[in-house]
Amino acid sequence: MGAFMQWFNERTPGLGAVYKKHMTEYYAPKNFNVMYYFGSLALLVLVNQIVTGIFLTMFYSPTAAGAFDSVQYIMRDVHWGWLVRYMHETGASMFFIVVYLHMFRGLMYGSFKKPRELVWLLGMLIFLALMAEAFMGYVLPWGNMSFWGAKVIITLFSAVPVIGSQLVDWIMGSFVPSDPTLNRFFALHVVALPLVLLLLVVLHIGALHEVGSNNPDGVEIKKHKGSDGHPLDGIRFHPYYTLKDLVGVGVFLIICAIIIFFEPTVGGFFLEHDNSIPANDLVTPATIKPVWYFSPFYAILRMIPSKGWGVIALALSIIVLFLVPWLDRGKVKSIRYRGVGYKVALTIFAIVFILLAAIGADLTPGWIVAIFGPNADITTIENLFGRILVVLYFGFFAFLWVYTFFGLEKTKPVPERVTTHD
Amino acid sequence: MTDKTPRAAMRTLTALLLALAVMLVASPAALAEEGGGYPSANINVHDQASLQRGARLFMNYCVGCHSLKYMRYSQMADGLGLTEKQVMDNLNFTGAKFGEPIVSAMPEAEAEKWFGKVPPDLSLEVSAKGADWVSAYLKSFYLDPATASGWNNTVFPNVAMPFPLWQLQGEQVAMMNPPEGGQAATVKELKLAHPGSMTPAQYDQAVRDLTAFLAYVSAPDELPRSRIGAWVVIYLVLFTLFALVLKKEYWKDVH
Amino acid sequence: MADESINKGRRRFLTASTAVIGGAGLIITAIPFVETWLPSARAESAGAPVTVAIGKIEPGQMVRYGWRSQPVFVVNRTPEQLQWLPKQDPRLRDPDSKESDQPKYCQNATRSIKPEWMVLIGICTHLGCVPDYKGEVKPEPFDPNWKGGFYCPCHHSRYDLAARVYQGVPAPLNMVVPPYHFVDDTHIQIGVDPKGAA
Repeated sequence: MGAFMQWFNERTPGLGAVYKKHMTEYYAPKNFNVMYYFGSLALLVLVNQIVTGIFLTMFYSPTAAGAFDSVQYIMRDVHWGWLVRYMHETGASMFFIVVYLHMFRGLMYGSFKKPRELVWLLGMLIFLALMAEAFMGYVLPWGNMSFWGAKVIITLFSAVPVIGSQLVDWIMGSFVPSDPTLNRFFALHVVALPLVLLLLVVLHIGALHEVGSNNPDGVEIKKHKGSDGHPLDGIRFHPYYTLKDLVGVGVFLIICAIIIFFEPTVGGFFLEHDNSIPANDLVTPATIKPVWYFSPFYAILRMIPSKGWGVIALALSIIVLFLVPWLDRGKVKSIRYRGVGYKVALTIFAIVFILLAAIGADLTPGWIVAIFGPNADITTIENLFGRILVVLYFGFFAFLWVYTFFGLEKTKPVPERVTTHD
Repeated sequence: MTDKTPRAAMRTLTALLLALAVMLVASPAALAEEGGGYPSANINVHDQASLQRGARLFMNYCVGCHSLKYMRYSQMADGLGLTEKQVMDNLNFTGAKFGEPIVSAMPEAEAEKWFGKVPPDLSLEVSAKGADWVSAYLKSFYLDPATASGWNNTVFPNVAMPFPLWQLQGEQVAMMNPPEGGQAATVKELKLAHPGSMTPAQYDQAVRDLTAFLAYVSAPDELPRSRIGAWVVIYLVLFTLFALVLKKEYWKDVH
Repeated sequence: MADESINKGRRRFLTASTAVIGGAGLIITAIPFVETWLPSARAESAGAPVTVAIGKIEPGQMVRYGWRSQPVFVVNRTPEQLQWLPKQDPRLRDPDSKESDQPKYCQNATRSIKPEWMVLIGICTHLGCVPDYKGEVKPEPFDPNWKGGFYCPCHHSRYDLAARVYQGVPAPLNMVVPPYHFVDDTHIQIGVDPKGAA
C-alpha cells in the first residue's frame, strides 16, 4: 500500500499534499461543540442530493405533459423508486435545517468576523444558490403547488422597474409557467446549479482552511503555538474530527431515517398536499405558500402592503445578511463574552425568524382563533403581529450596528486559550 | 478555567427555542393533516382484510366512473395479499390485463355530458384531501331535489357526483337552520330518513375500509416502508454506538 | 499530549469493526439504487406473457403475434412438412441446435413441444430483419430443392420449418424459440415455460 501511494503521489499534482493540508495536518480548535456538526452534515446532504438526484433523473420526464405521471411512475413502478424520491425530498428540507443552524452558529460565535469575512460571503452565496436550486426542484414534479408557487415567485420579478414584465416572460419562456419553464428549470436544477454549488462549497472550505476555523470561545488558536509549530489548542482534523463528525452523521441519519420511513411528508410540511394534484392553471390551491424553508422570507414579502416595497423588503432581508461582517463592529467574536445586549438581540432574532416562518407557513390563523376566539379578525391581527416581526428582523441588524459602532457594547474579558468542559 | 453558568443558560435557551419550533410545527400540523377539523377517519392501512373489503367496495360502486390510473391490478394484488386469480375473478371489472392500471370503463366525454364534470381519478385523493376528509365526504351525502343528480354533500357543497352507496347507508336528509336575513338556509345536521342494507355501525366500517383502501392507493409504499424503517433505525443506532466508542477512544489523546 | 500508552490493539479493533458495520450499511444502501434499474412494473406489464388462440390456424398456415415488441410466428406444420425436417439435417449449419437459443424442452428434432406446432421469434439472426414464411414444399427461385421454411429478403438467409439455418447463408444461428407452453389444446401462452419443465 505504501509503495503504491508513493508511486501515485509522484505522478499526481499534489493530491497527497492536499490530503495532508486539509485533513491530517489541518489543526482545528479542540473545543468544537454541537453547533459545529452542521458543516459536515451539510456536505453529507449535498452528496445525498446529488446521488439521489442522478437516479431520479434516470426516470423523470421533464415535460409538462409527462412530469407528474413520471413522479408516480417513480413512486410506484420503479423498484425502490419511492425510497430514492423520499431521500431526495427529505434531504432538501434537511439541507435547510442544517444550513440555518450552521448560519446561526456563525452569528453566535462571530465566525463571520475578520479574517473570515470571505468564508461568510461564500456561505451566503451558497445559501442563495441553494434557495434557487430548491425552488426549481420543487417546480419539477409539476403538481398544483409547483405551478402556482412558480407563478407567484416568478411574477415577483415584474416589480423590477422598466423591464419587469419582459423579465418575467423571459424567465418563463412563455406567458405562464409551462413546458419551456419546466425544461429550463430542469437543466438548471440538474446541471448548472449543482456545479455552481460544488464550486462554491470548495471555495468556502478552501477559504476557511486558509485562515483556520473559529471556535465557541472566539479565540484565535494560531496565537499560541507549541514548539512543533502547531497551535496548542488545535488538534488534527483527521482522525479527531473525522471520527467525531462520524458520530454526528450517525445521529443525523437516525433522524432522517425516522422521517423518510415513518413520516416522509411531515404533516404536509416537507411534501405539500396540494402537490398531489396535477398542475392546473385554472384552479388555485386554497393557500399558496412555499415550502417551509422559504416561509420567513415569504412572510416578510406578504407583510409589506405594497408589492414593489414587498419585493424590496424580501431582497433586503437576504442582502442584509451579506453585510453582517461590516455591520458588526464589535471586536469580541463569541457570544460567550459579548455584551448582554447582543445575547438578548440574537435570541429575539431567532424567535422572530421562527415566528415569521409560522406566518409564512400559514400556521398563525389557527393560533389566532385559539387565542382570540372564532370571530377574531385574522388578517388584521396577523398583519399587526407580522409587521412588528418584520421591524424586529431588520431591527436586529440596525441594533447590531448601533450597538457596536457607538461602543455601547460591554464585553467580558476573552480568554487567551480555549475553554473546555474537561 | 471554565465559566459554566452562561454555558448552561445558553443550552437551556437553545433547547427552549428548538422546543418552540417543534411545538409550532406539531399542533397545527396535526390539524392540517386532519384536513381541517374533520373527525378522524380511524383507518389502518396495515389491516389487509380492511383493504380487501375496501377494494371490493371500490370495484363494485366506484370504478364504474372513477379510475385509479396509477395503480396496477398486479400491484394491488401484492399490497392486499391476493393471488392473480382472486384479483382477476373478483376485482377486475374493467377487462384490463393483470399488469395494467385500473382505468374506469366510462368514456370521459360521456361522463362530462351526464354529470357536467369528468369524474376525477382517485389515485391520489387521500394524499390531496386527507383520509379524514374522504371519510367525512362519504358519510355526508343527503337528498336534495334542487340539484341535477338529486344529491348534495355537506363536505363538498353542490358536488356533481350522485351518491353511489345509498343502498348501503340509506338516504339522509338535511335538517336546515332557519334562514338568516336574505341568505340561503344552511344545513344544521343530517338525519337518516330511509335506512339502507347496513346499520350505521356497519356503514361506518365500510367507509373505514374504503378510505383505508384509497389511502393505500395514494401511498402503496407505506406498507413496506415502515417495516424496513424499523430495521434501518436499529442498524443506524448500532452503527452510531460503535462510532461513538471509536471516537471516545481516539479522543483520549485530547486534553 | 497523552501520557498513558495508546492501546493500539483496541484502536485497530474498534476502527475495523466500525468500518465493517459502516461498509455493510453502505453496500446494503447501494442495493436499492442498483435495483432501480431492473425492469419496472411498467416494463413488466409491457413485457408480460401473451396468451394466443391457435384453434383457427389451418395446417400449413403461419400466424404472427407480438410479445415483448418482437414478432412471434406460430406455424401449424402439416405431416408433409414434418417429414422433410430430418432430411434437411445435412444442409443445415446447426441441425441439433447446439449453438442456438431455445428452451431445453425444445431441443429436439422438431424444436417444439408438440410436433405440429412451431413457435419461434421471427427475427433473422443475421442483422434482424423479419423473414417471410415460405411454407409450401415447392421449388423456389432461391432454392430449387425448397422443402418449406423461412426466407429472409434482406440478405437471402434461409431457414427450415424448425427455424434452423441453412449452410451457405449469412445468418449464423437458428432462429430463437421463446419460452411457451400449452394452456390447453387451443391456446398457448408465450413467455412462460410449462410447469415442471427446465
